Amino acid sequence: MRKYSAFAIAREAARYHSGWERAWRSPEPKKKYDVIIVGAGGHGLATAFYLGKNFGITNVAIIEKGWLGGGNTGRNTTIIRSNYLQDSSAALYEKARSLYETMSQDLNYNVMFSPRGVIMLAQTEHEVRGYQRTAHANALQGVTTEFIGPERVKELVPIINIDGPRYPVLGGLWQARGGTGRHDAVAWGYARACSDMGMDIIQKCEVVGVRSEGGNVVGVDTTKGPIDCDKLGLVVAGNSGDLANMAGFRLPMESVALQALVSEPIKPCMDVVVMANTVHGYMSQSDKGEMVIGGGTDGFNNYTQRGSFHHIEETVRALCETFPMVSRLKMLRQWGGIVDVTGDRSPVIGKTPLGNCFINAGWGTGGFKAIPGGGWATAELIAKGEPGPLAAEFGMERFIEGRFIDESVAAGVAH
Amino acid sequence: MLTLQCPYCGVWAEETELHAEGEAHLKRFGPDSDDADFESYLFMRENPKGVHFERWRHASGCGKFFHAARSTTTLEVFGTYSAQTMEPPQDIKDKITAKYPGWSWREFS
Repeated sequence: MRKYSAFAIAREAARYHSGWERAWRSPEPKKKYDVIIVGAGGHGLATAFYLGKNFGITNVAIIEKGWLGGGNTGRNTTIIRSNYLQDSSAALYEKARSLYETMSQDLNYNVMFSPRGVIMLAQTEHEVRGYQRTAHANALQGVTTEFIGPERVKELVPIINIDGPRYPVLGGLWQARGGTGRHDAVAWGYARACSDMGMDIIQKCEVVGVRSEGGNVVGVDTTKGPIDCDKLGLVVAGNSGDLANMAGFRLPMESVALQALVSEPIKPCMDVVVMANTVHGYMSQSDKGEMVIGGGTDGFNNYTQRGSFHHIEETVRALCETFPMVSRLKMLRQWGGIVDVTGDRSPVIGKTPLGNCFINAGWGTGGFKAIPGGGWATAELIAKGEPGPLAAEFGMERFIEGRFIDESVAAGVAH
Repeated sequence: MLTLQCPYCGVWAEETELHAEGEAHLKRFGPDSDDADFESYLFMRENPKGVHFERWRHASGCGKFFHAARSTTTLEVFGTYSAQTMEPPQDIKDKITAKYPGWSWREFS
């Protein structure tokens, strides 16, 4: 792999850019791999990357039914933060956030991590108390956050209306080291690094069956034929239920549509990420100038990547009060992604009822921010066969044992 | 927009008038049941790509719970039926079979 650098740009400029290589290879599948990862999204590619980097396992295939990074990795609102209430979540998301800080250097790929700061608005008394509690919890967890008053919110976000009649801004939970990243680049950067380690990224290859012998997985059937493996990782977000069906077990998850939209590009007006959980809306401004807005999930199971229009309406209606300028914005695009939501709104990283088959799923509405941490933890799980400290609490057995990582109560909303 | 006919009041209700209430025909287990049954009832869910049976509530209408048969991949609705039943009526199952021969959902097919 040729390194990307300022020197490389100069070198290529001098020869009509004829020397750039493809960022990753597109090989045909081999007969057998040590590890097969199903799903070349952020988490799948990150899992493969850390398998290679941390454990030296490079005989790996990453199988993707569409194109890499074409699912939720390319559909989210790119927010990165780690201000969670529960210790195990904070540890996992903080690991991810800290890995994002050096990701561009680690991957030699500019993922445009922008630690611009994230505010979660407190717009009810209940939220004020909730976020003060989270700020105290974060202080104990070593995650830097603070609870700020409405004047400081107004200072950070001049376009905000803090005196709304229905949703006044009473304060906010401020994480200065949170921010955004370039979602596609995260997938592309990991893919390039994985390909460089000799891993095969096989796109347009759908898994149609999971083969097992004596309770252990031995391979998968795909649209490009059967492929054998010693270990299998299912990292397919919204399609986890479908894959679990093939592998013969049920999951504590349901797949629903989550929507987002972007406005026309406007001049820079907001240089932080603002989340308003009471009204189910969050907003940031992209480098192109578009306001990127995320909404809430639908209540019913759905695999169509289309959400219900009334959720968009509710999100925008609520944002209009908090950000009056939104009422003058034209919206350019709206889209949906399919997210798999668990009962306690925390992900599952763990073993499955099928031997040597591991799962990373259930990230619900907040998977992008966790990509490097989730990949790190899943790689450790697959390499050792047992979860490491980051993933220890996230196994599926927590539901039968009653050890929930209850972020649904902690966040009360999409996260 | 998703519209479902409430089998009680007959109204064709659009999604905003309804509330999705999750998987249909759950067998409910109480505190005396074993852990696996209790977990399965509380947390494990059917999450099929295709034919699915759900409970809905006509929240902003008559307020009653009912069942619906729907596809999660096309959003087509095969029909709605009473909540006072342990399995989907034969005519709805036939309608699904006509379109998706060989379908199955939990113990139904």
